[in-house]
Amino acid sequence: MLIGRRTLLHAACIAFAGATTSTVAHAEDTVKIGLIVPMTSGQASTGKQIDNAVKLYMKQNGSTVAGKKIEVILKDDAAVPDNTKRLAQELIVNDKVNVIAGFGITPAALAAAPLATQAKVPEVVMAAGTSIITERSPYIVRTSFTLPQSSTVIGDWAVKNGIKKVVTLTSDYAPGNDALAAFKERFTAGGGQIVEEVKVPLANPDFAPFLQRAKDSKPDAMFVFVPAGQGGNFMKQFAERGLDKSGIKVIGPGDVMDDDLLNSMGDAAIGVVTAHIYSAAHPSEKNKAFVAAYKKEFGQRPGFMAVGGYDGIHLIYEALKKTGGKADGDSLIAAMKGMAWESPRGPISIDPDTRDIVQNVYIRKVEKVDGELYNVEFDKVDAVKDPGKTKK
Amino acid sequence: MTLLTILFDGVAYGMLLFVLACGLAVTLGLMNFVNLAHGAFAMAGGYVCAVLVNRAGWPFFAALPLAFLASAAIGAVLERLLYRHLYTRSHLDQVLFSVGLVFMSVAAVDYIMGSSRVFMQLPEALQGQIDLFGGGIGRYRLIIIVICGLLTIGLQLTLAKTRFGSRLRAAVDDPRVASGLGINVPQVFALTFAFGCGLAGFGGALSAEILGLDPYFPLKFMIYFLIVVTVGGSSSITGPFLASLLLGIGDVAGKYYLPKLGPFVIYTIMIVILIWRPNGLFGRTAAR
Repeated sequence: MLIGRRTLLHAACIAFAGATTSTVAHAEDTVKIGLIVPMTSGQASTGKQIDNAVKLYMKQNGSTVAGKKIEVILKDDAAVPDNTKRLAQELIVNDKVNVIAGFGITPAALAAAPLATQAKVPEVVMAAGTSIITERSPYIVRTSFTLPQSSTVIGDWAVKNGIKKVVTLTSDYAPGNDALAAFKERFTAGGGQIVEEVKVPLANPDFAPFLQRAKDSKPDAMFVFVPAGQGGNFMKQFAERGLDKSGIKVIGPGDVMDDDLLNSMGDAAIGVVTAHIYSAAHPSEKNKAFVAAYKKEFGQRPGFMAVGGYDGIHLIYEALKKTGGKADGDSLIAAMKGMAWESPRGPISIDPDTRDIVQNVYIRKVEKVDGELYNVEFDKVDAVKDPGKTKK
Repeated sequence: MTLLTILFDGVAYGMLLFVLACGLAVTLGLMNFVNLAHGAFAMAGGYVCAVLVNRAGWPFFAALPLAFLASAAIGAVLERLLYRHLYTRSHLDQVLFSVGLVFMSVAAVDYIMGSSRVFMQLPEALQGQIDLFGGGIGRYRLIIIVICGLLTIGLQLTLAKTRFGSRLRAAVDDPRVASGLGINVPQVFALTFAFGCGLAGFGGALSAEILGLDPYFPLKFMIYFLIVVTVGGSSSITGPFLASLLLGIGDVAGKYYLPKLGPFVIYTIMIVILIWRPNGLFGRTAAR
C-alpha cells in the first residue's frame, strides 16, 4: 500500500517535471528570477518579508517588462549555505534563470558568489549585510545595506551626544564583528572609550550574565547588535535587570529594533536610539503608500528586509527597461551600476565602483505613536557609502 | 554584591533547566524511553500559555496550569496512538521516531503560529528587580525559583512515597511481574508519560520569558535537556536537579567571569563530570 502510494507520487513528480520543462520552451520571452531566501528556520521572517515585497511590487507594476514576462521561482534555503549553493546551481543550470536574488544571511550570499561569477548571472543581494559580500563576485549587486553603514553613523552620533563610556554587546559572527569593528573605530576616534567588549554566542539562551557584566561597568550606553529575533529577548532582560532605569542608553544599528518585532517587545524598547536605513515610520509619501499597500496585502507592517526585497526587484525591472529586455548578465550588471531611484526608505543609488548600495542612514528613537511602537527618525546622514570598502 | 546576583541568576537558570528537563528524566530514566521530542511538548505548553495570555487576556498564573494540562493531554493522546508501540523497540527506533516528531512539530507550529518569536506579556508585578542584601534580584526569576523548588519537592515525594510512585518503579523494573501483581502497567506508563509531557509544557511556559519562544525551540534546547539528564543520571529526580543547578550556576558564572570562554563552561562541566562518573552524578552503575 505504502509502496503503491509512493510510486504514484513519483509518477506525479515526473509528470509535473514534464509540465515545467515545456514552459522552458518559450524561454526567450521570459526573464526568470531565482529567489533564494530562508522561508523556514530561525531566519524565516527575512524570507517572508522579501517574498511579500517582491509579490507586492509585481502586483503593482505588472509582470511584463520591456516585452518580457517576469517569472519568479521561489526557493527556500532555510538559511543553510549548502542549500543555497545547491539551489543556486539548480536554478542556473536546470531552470536557466537570468538573475539569482534574495540571500537572507551572509554565508548564503557568499556560497552563491562563485556560481554567479562562473555563470555570469547577476546576484542581487536583498538582505545579507556583511561588507565583503559584493567583493566576492563582479556580478553581485546589493539593495539591502551593510552593517558598517549604520554602525559608523551611530558611532559618530554617540560621540556628538556626550556618550563617553560604552559597553558593547554583539553576537559573535561576521555581521556582529563587522558592526563592532565599524562602531569601535568611529567611537574611539572621536574620543569615546569602550570599557567592556562582550561577544555573545549566536545560540545564546540567556543574556543575564552578559547584562550583569555590562551593568557593573557602569557605562553611559550599551552598543548592541544581535540578530533580529533575539532583540526582543535582549530588551526584556535589559529592563528586567533595571538597566533602563539606571540611565544606561541602548544604541546600535537598527537590526535590533526591526519593525517586524518592535511591537512585541513592549515598552522596554521605548527610548532606544538606533541608526538604520529604514523605518516603517519614514515620513515620505512614497513610504506611506508602500506601508499602506503592504499592510493591506499581508496584514502587518514591512520591515527593513521587505524594503530590501522591494528595491531589489525594482532594480531588476529598471535594468531590464534600460537594456531593452536584454537579459544577459553583463548587460544587466552594466545597467544596474550607477542606477539611482527614490525608494520607500528615501533616495538610494548603486555605487558603480563597488555595486553596493548608497543610501541615507537615519537616526531614530523608539516612540509610541497611536498606541504602537515605531522607530521615529530625528536625524540623518545623507548618501552613506559602505565604509567597509572606502577604507581600502 | 554582584556575586549574590550571579548566584541567584544561576540558580534561577538552573531551576528552569530542571523543570524543562525533569519530564525527560522521567520518561528516559524511569520508563527507559528515549524521547527526543521532549522539547516539542515544552514548546506546545509555551505556545498555549502565550496564546492564552497575549490573545485571550488570561492572567499568567491561570494560564500556567493550562499549559501543563494541554501538553499532558497531547502527550496522552500521542502515547496511546504512537509511543506505546515503541516501548519494546530498540533505542535507535525510538530516537528516529521522536526526532521525526520534532521536525513535524517545528513545521506545524511554524505553519500555524508563524516563525517569529513570541513574547509573553507578563503582569507588571513580575517585572523588574528588587533589592535584597545589596544584590539585584529579578522578580520573575524569584518566582521561577519558588515554583520550581515546590515542584521538585512534590515530585520527589510522589515518586518515593506514594503508591503510584512504587507502582511505577515496579512497572519499570519488571513489567511482567508487576502486571502479575495486578498493576495495570500500560495505564501506569500512559499516566507517567502524560505527566512528563505536562511538566515539559509547564517548563516551556515558564521559560518563554527568559529563553524566548519560537518554532525552533525543541531543536535549540534539545542539547540542554540531554546535558542535564546525562550529567544528573536518569534514575532519580535528585540527580537531574543537582545537575541543573550545577550547570545553571556554572553557565551563568562562566559567562560573567570568563566571557571569552563563556559558552564552553557548560560543556566543560559536563565532560569533567562524565569522566569522573560516566553514568552521571546519581546514575545506577549496574546496567539494566
